[in-house]
Amino acid sequence: MTAVDEVKIGGMGASRRRVEDNRFIRGKGNYVDDIVLPGMLHMEILRSPLAHARIRSIDTSKAWAMPGVRLVLTGETMAARNLAWMPTLSYDTQAVLATDKVRFQGQEVACVIADDPYIAKDACEAIVVDYEPLPVIVNPTQSMAEGAPLIRDDKENQSDNVIYDWEVGDKAGTDRAFAEADLVSKIELHYPRSHPSPIECCGSIADFNRATSKLTVYLTTQAPHIIRAAVALVAELPEQMIRIISPDIGGGFGNKVPVYPGYVASILASILLERPVKWIEDRTGNLISTGFARDVYLQGELALRRDGRILGVRMNTTADHGAFFSDAQPSKFKIGLMHSAFSCYDIPNAHLVARGVYTNKAPGGVAYRCSFRVTEAMFFQERMVHAAADDLGMDQAEFRRVNFVRDDDFPHRTSWGFLTDSGQYGKCLDVGLEAVGYQDFLKEKEEAAKRGRLLGIGISTMTEPLGAGNSREYDILGIKMFDSAELKIHMTGKALLRTGAKSQGQGHETTWAQIVAHELGIPAEDVLVEEGDTDTAPFGMGTYASRSTPVAGAAVAMVSRKIRAKARKIAAHLLEISEEDIEWELGRFYVRSQPDRGVTIQECAVAAYSNMPDGMEPGLENVAYYDPPNLTWPFACYIVTVEVDPQTGVWDVLRMVAVDDCGVRINPMIVEGQIMGGLTEAYAMANMQFITFDDEGNCIGSNFTDYLLPTAWETPGFELHEVVTPCPHHPIGAKGIGECAAVGGPAAFVNAVMDAVKGSGVRNIDMPVLPDRVYEALQTGQDVSGAPPVRMA
Amino acid sequence: MMKLRFASPEMLVDINEIPDLDYHRIDDDGSIRVGAVCRHADLERSSLLATRQPTMAAAAPLVADPIVRMRGTLVGSVCHADPQGDWASVMTALDASIVAQGPNGRRSIAVRDFVRGPFQNALAFDEVAVEAVVPAPKGEPAGGYLKLERRVGDYATVGVAVAIDRVGSQVSRAGIALTAVGPATMAADAAAHALTGRPLTTDTIGEAAELAAQAAQPKTDHRGSADFKRQLVRVFTSRILTGLLRSEEEAA
Repeated sequence: MTAVDEVKIGGMGASRRRVEDNRFIRGKGNYVDDIVLPGMLHMEILRSPLAHARIRSIDTSKAWAMPGVRLVLTGETMAARNLAWMPTLSYDTQAVLATDKVRFQGQEVACVIADDPYIAKDACEAIVVDYEPLPVIVNPTQSMAEGAPLIRDDKENQSDNVIYDWEVGDKAGTDRAFAEADLVSKIELHYPRSHPSPIECCGSIADFNRATSKLTVYLTTQAPHIIRAAVALVAELPEQMIRIISPDIGGGFGNKVPVYPGYVASILASILLERPVKWIEDRTGNLISTGFARDVYLQGELALRRDGRILGVRMNTTADHGAFFSDAQPSKFKIGLMHSAFSCYDIPNAHLVARGVYTNKAPGGVAYRCSFRVTEAMFFQERMVHAAADDLGMDQAEFRRVNFVRDDDFPHRTSWGFLTDSGQYGKCLDVGLEAVGYQDFLKEKEEAAKRGRLLGIGISTMTEPLGAGNSREYDILGIKMFDSAELKIHMTGKALLRTGAKSQGQGHETTWAQIVAHELGIPAEDVLVEEGDTDTAPFGMGTYASRSTPVAGAAVAMVSRKIRAKARKIAAHLLEISEEDIEWELGRFYVRSQPDRGVTIQECAVAAYSNMPDGMEPGLENVAYYDPPNLTWPFACYIVTVEVDPQTGVWDVLRMVAVDDCGVRINPMIVEGQIMGGLTEAYAMANMQFITFDDEGNCIGSNFTDYLLPTAWETPGFELHEVVTPCPHHPIGAKGIGECAAVGGPAAFVNAVMDAVKGSGVRNIDMPVLPDRVYEALQTGQDVSGAPPVRMA
Repeated sequence: MMKLRFASPEMLVDINEIPDLDYHRIDDDGSIRVGAVCRHADLERSSLLATRQPTMAAAAPLVADPIVRMRGTLVGSVCHADPQGDWASVMTALDASIVAQGPNGRRSIAVRDFVRGPFQNALAFDEVAVEAVVPAPKGEPAGGYLKLERRVGDYATVGVAVAIDRVGSQVSRAGIALTAVGPATMAADAAAHALTGRPLTTDTIGEAAELAAQAAQPKTDHRGSADFKRQLVRVFTSRILTGLLRSEEEAA
């Protein structure tokens, strides 16, 4: 007998097909809207058409009078139960239903619960709201202007629209570095609002049973346990009587982390009516009112030495958070992990000043495929680096190379205090340059320019912190950012694994089983993975910010090792030999001196229920809570080549080369899928996605004909390459990967276009780099800003 | 329209089951007829259009996205009269007509009169559009359709339809119409007139492109500035005509 073949049992490194796809491709997924409960009612939300207005009165009498209407909720109803406002994850408050004012277009004003969703929608239209319009603010300049109207007049001690001022780094040292610089490179950028736009919008079914006092909520959430804690705190219900079930989720991308007014209202409605209440958000509701991302302005400066070394960095950011500061981010840093910028470069001095402001826009700042502002951080970093290389007249690749942290410098403490764990940055860059044929392209570009054709190449290299958190610096509502896994080995050697994470497309049902297979030798197909039910899953912090594999995945490995430790004792008992004389190979314990004498893990499982050693607790199950010692630090090198049509401003991607180092890959196919998905979103943000506001605060981009998701027709082909540097502190050497491409990708596309139009003297075109912006830049030789309000003639 | 609650009709009539309306064919006199339930996809895959009607053949694969092309129709698109619709421009450039049928029989309405304004057509309340008719060409037909869209299936930022007939190298008839640059489909008659009775040359092409740009009445919006859209009309007109000139030179 020998060890089982890890590839055959679907262990680490196997591109195992996704087991969840069996039901998804057959249309047998089970999403919140698929669930129908007996006696279920339907809720619809009336939203504000205005971005800023005082509510004079709300007349719901016509709605109440419509047949089939069971309940109408307004801010007044909520306030009577102390539920008109709720706390946000960033220690602000957010209106559930407006009482005094509406502060953004699409804000929730009233809810109707009726026998069917059509009646509820008709009844919403019968509610008469008398608004007194107020001046509208759609950008930070307006927000901070003298005499600007106060958006948050509900808050005591709030006399202006500033939410916070925050800074990090060594100001004096950085000032000295700039004084000593040969050259200072400056650039101003705006990372525009974008929307995560999962295909499934948000929704809930609240089911309060008066007889049992139990509240069950089916919810589109990426973090069911956090929601349970929040409901316990906000609704003041005992936590054991709350069950949150997150069934199949049709994409999250950060959009399904926050608590939304619709969830709270449906819960209250169910408690009041003692019947199940379903709320399913429509697309416009999702786009205009739920968690937006980004919307940060930068003034960036790099202090440069003539030989290309960066001596210091200054970043001054202003974030537009919308009407409520409800960033769903767990760090102790006001602007999230913005100061993880430049972590792949060895820079001695750095200083960041960050300000957050309120505007009359929906709450922003969710981490859309992102670890809390790293998307902005890495975009700003790579746009600053690109501009600086141009300012120095230095080759883009060479400039990055001379500033990279070297392979033998890990762990490396950045000047903003992060500890990067490992990497081979130069090697990744080399692989990318080789793949794209860098020198040949530069020659081709020069030749093309002689014939009036505009070719360009853009590079983006970055490392980012994934896998929040460690418990020192990261928590949500005081709950530390660990995660968990519970593993039960049945008598027949089959297994049930549950974790505190929650897959929304990441493929946990497939990959978690592969980790168990790797640790225990149990075939992956013998491991059932379940997540998302707070009554059965161990407490965890959910899935976002690429934290599943770094944290919950580590817990899966650790709980498997606990199981193995007990199984070893059982094996010793079965083999009638001392535990010290036993060796492990995949799937089997054997006697060191007699390798053919052994027992399989499955035989140990049987014995755990039928023949355990004297004094041993029966059973073979355990739970592990994993508190990561550090974040994981994957690295990426993205290179894009483009051709710009000078007559129309249209740009086409010629090639897109991606080199990712995410450490050990559990399922290479799923990793590649994550990278391709992220690159598609990066392309979309750079090329077409435009969700902005006019000067009245109307959201431009409130449906999928205006806010565009790219299809296979226009998405360029991606060429993927890999380098593997195992994470030194992760049990299986893995690093996060889900968001890397969406984080590092946008700058590669924008840098490529900027390289193509460099001859016109233009230094920046804000995203989305639309053809009309490129055309305008080429005509005028001036930078093009994308800050709202949008121009509408 | 119903989803957005712009329209709440009390009754909908499904015309899909009306027999013999899914045709597109060429008559003996050379005119092309497209029935009311003939799908975009049928036109996209049509060998008839590929050989006999180059402007329609160029436009068909650019209409909306593949899903819409399987369900939508040319006649329906013209009736919808969306200023951003592609077929109304193509039909205008071809001097095509819509045949309407009502209690008093049939009548033919030129597409340029049929499209009254944004989402408004000339049908009476008791009339149904049953077919589109493209008149026989006055020479060898040539043309093209170019469109800028931000993504496949997006509404046009700008579209330009060019349809010319040639006898020898002389342009015997010309039509140019513009998508998404005005309150309705725009006929660029002065641009077409500049080509008529003359051969295609760099000069006549430049003149037509400039006149087409002048005919556009674009608005600045989130798809681009008015100046940019006018530039696209100029570039697209010029590119279509230059392509025709080049194939003429290559054939010679």
